[in-house]
Amino acid sequence: MVIREAPVHDGGPTPGRPRAAVVRDALGVGVAVGLSGFAFGVTAAGAGISVLQACVLSLLVFTGASQFALVGALAAGGNPFTAAAGAFFLGTRNAFYGLRLSQLLALPRAVRPFAAHWVIDETTAVSLAQPDRKAARLGFTVTGLSLYVLWNLTTLLGALGAEAIGDTSAWGLDAAGPAVFLALLAPMLKTSTERAVAGLALVLGLGFLPVLPSGVPVLIAALAAPAVLWMKGRRS
Amino acid sequence: MNVWIAIGLTVVGCYAVKLAGLLVPAGALERPLVRRLSALLPVALLAALTAQQTFSTGHELVLDARAAGLAAAAVALLLRAPFLVVVGAAVVVTAGVRALGG
Repeated sequence: MVIREAPVHDGGPTPGRPRAAVVRDALGVGVAVGLSGFAFGVTAAGAGISVLQACVLSLLVFTGASQFALVGALAAGGNPFTAAAGAFFLGTRNAFYGLRLSQLLALPRAVRPFAAHWVIDETTAVSLAQPDRKAARLGFTVTGLSLYVLWNLTTLLGALGAEAIGDTSAWGLDAAGPAVFLALLAPMLKTSTERAVAGLALVLGLGFLPVLPSGVPVLIAALAAPAVLWMKGRRS
Repeated sequence: MNVWIAIGLTVVGCYAVKLAGLLVPAGALERPLVRRLSALLPVALLAALTAQQTFSTGHELVLDARAAGLAAAAVALLLRAPFLVVVGAAVVVTAGVRALGG
């Protein structure tokens, strides 16, 4: 697994991780997830989204879960406002990633509007796994760049090739998304607090799914974090 | 046209929340509660997304080949397999189970 718990730096004079190790980890994530843009392109085409529209989404939205949610909602005949709301709600998690990254990367103000476009699950996970700021900045940049280039390239190829491949589910490509999420989640489950949050979020996310509009159950599941912290606070 | 409206709203909304996270004043993070919360929120969101994308289709809860694929990914994670192998295991097992009629 690429995104391992970062080794604790003993504070000695040795620098953090070697650049090559950071680049290797970042490229591992960037290439693997970047290639899954193919699944998005295929899904978008299957949902009746044009090649141009699929490419615009990958270029300008660039957050996979929101993109999948949007084309899914449009395919189901949802109106543009509910469809966009679902995608937006899914994207709100990136604000919380940004919250952590702004502290970790300490980017100059002028760079932030550009860096913001790359604040997503994968760049956050790679950056957080690094032991120091220099490695985190390198990890963020390499993951962001490789993922952005590949995600857009494979979106185009996927949308164009959708007819050639036929039924994408038959190829198991619909399992790629959740597998990516699981791989990002696994190294975060360090203590019983994280496991309790994940467990409660899972129950809330699935429990409310049949009854609430797309995207809303995920936001309710996010309440697992304050809920578990509150329960822990009461117990101690 | 409707599709373009949805795309436009999504582009603006998703970029705005990304930027907002980076622009929140650093002082807000110095409180331990905010720090703990911002570390735990991705855990909650990723867990919910994993579960939803594995066990649902639209608004229905379903148990299909994706569950087997995710189980394969979990085993690969426990074996500390590289990222591509984890995702590949999920895709191959899901396709395999479907081919067998699961």
